[in-house]
Amino acid sequence: MATFVPLKQAVADNLRDGDIAAFEGFTHLIPTAAAHEAIRQGVKDLTLVRMTPDVVYDQMIGMGLARKLVFSYAGNPGVGLLRRMRDAVENAYPRPIELEEHSHAAMANAYEAGAAGLPCAIFRGYLGAELSRVNANIKQVTCPFSGETLAAVPAVRPDVTFIHAQKADRKGNVLIEGIIGIQKEAVLAAKRAVVTVEEVVEDFSDLHPNLTILPHWTVTAIAVVPGGAHPSYTHGYYARDNASYLEWDRIAADRELFRAWMDENVIKATAEDFAARVATLRAV
Amino acid sequence: MSDRDFTPNEMMTIAASRALKGDDVCFVGIGAPSAACNVARLTHAPDITLIYESGTIGTAPDVLPLSIGDGELCETAVTTVSVPEMFRYWLQGGRITLGFLGAAQLDRFGNINTTVIGDYDHPKTRLPGGGGAPEIASSAQKIYITMAQSKRGMVDKIDFYTSFGHGEGGDHRRRIGIDTEGPALLITDLAIWEPDPETKEFTVVSLHPGVSREQVQETCGWTVKFADRLDETPAPTALELKTLRDLKARTEAAHKGTSGSGAKKGSKDG
Repeated sequence: MATFVPLKQAVADNLRDGDIAAFEGFTHLIPTAAAHEAIRQGVKDLTLVRMTPDVVYDQMIGMGLARKLVFSYAGNPGVGLLRRMRDAVENAYPRPIELEEHSHAAMANAYEAGAAGLPCAIFRGYLGAELSRVNANIKQVTCPFSGETLAAVPAVRPDVTFIHAQKADRKGNVLIEGIIGIQKEAVLAAKRAVVTVEEVVEDFSDLHPNLTILPHWTVTAIAVVPGGAHPSYTHGYYARDNASYLEWDRIAADRELFRAWMDENVIKATAEDFAARVATLRAV
Repeated sequence: MSDRDFTPNEMMTIAASRALKGDDVCFVGIGAPSAACNVARLTHAPDITLIYESGTIGTAPDVLPLSIGDGELCETAVTTVSVPEMFRYWLQGGRITLGFLGAAQLDRFGNINTTVIGDYDHPKTRLPGGGGAPEIASSAQKIYITMAQSKRGMVDKIDFYTSFGHGEGGDHRRRIGIDTEGPALLITDLAIWEPDPETKEFTVVSLHPGVSREQVQETCGWTVKFADRLDETPAPTALELKTLRDLKARTEAAHKGTSGSGAKKGSKDG
């Protein structure tokens, strides 16, 4: 049953040292505010899971929160590489990080298996791909009916998943629309789920019957954080802040500049600061 | 080529766009492939179905996206599906006729590396990784690749097999159980390449206007094979150039609204 709480409490109640944690969003609806709150609370030794680690995972890795990353594409979308993650992988700074690297197809199937309560996902993939040499969690199985060799990967079962969504109703049912990514699967695969939303509305009675809705009893906690996906976007609310992604490339290139930026914009900031960051990006 | 009224990158994008057909169902990689696919859609292939891995099917963006998940892709799509559905029903299900990829490192058999430069465990440069490409490379019915030529990018031996092309050549795909065609075309800023029917090694079949064999060899890390009969790629038409430049101008103007002068740097298209 979803409870409405401030973001600070939602993170404190649901994210623990050593957790397997997914902060999901596929370019759209990235739960930046929740990730920043995790950084402020100084959570340690996380196994971070995400198909597309981008700026927020660069920040969490750069601040030393993660001991392991499970992922399929780590890049600053439209810009280039993740420089804090590279520093961790190439120079073990600020700490070494273990990588479990997959393809998108594998991660998508693994989340779906997690949501479906299966121990593993089976799909046609990794044919000739060298990731199967460096990742011990990529195996092969033989189809008992056709004899075809297929790929198998373990299901993703996060201790906690964080997502950002457009809105909740008073009961705590959550609506996601636009590019819906992997968020539904990531929530249903997890033991606990925290959702930040742009707003709360009275009810969803006037909506199309086939929209992507997470019923309130699948969500642990909801925090209202307008602008909480910045610098990514929230379809129907505000546009992507492309300048921030470009700027990140410069900030993340330098360890000291990175720390100073994090102090100023994350450590000394609050969830309430996000609304102002998207003010000029809202549709008129 | 400074006396020509188009750049090598424009020639590359336009040559790539010509390879696309109206009945293609194309899984579009970000960057150069995205520009080519949209020029095709805006010129000779208005009915082409463009699919981005964020789940947008039949998208028709007015400006080029900066990422595979820009809102514009969803707003103009026939439908937007979840990521697992995209990879399971549409790609793995065999609905994609063409995968269009870029590459950080490419070898003569169309094998692609976007994972690491150097050793995997102790990389010299950690690249973003494979994303959707490993399964696009095996599940799309065929693959086109586009990239600007350089010795760093087109290498004798790639450091990591992110996405399997023709492996060591010949029937290597069949031998490991892949029944799709694989890399069928390579479009660079200098030439058009096709795989040899037997060996599957990429062979130059057409030089872009004003490009010499020596230029192609100087910017390629393996010994280049040229077809016996070498064509010259037709220069861009006025309509093709206008379409590409208008698209770029719209893209820049649109992204300027939120990103100032950085948008051009951010877009890696074409």
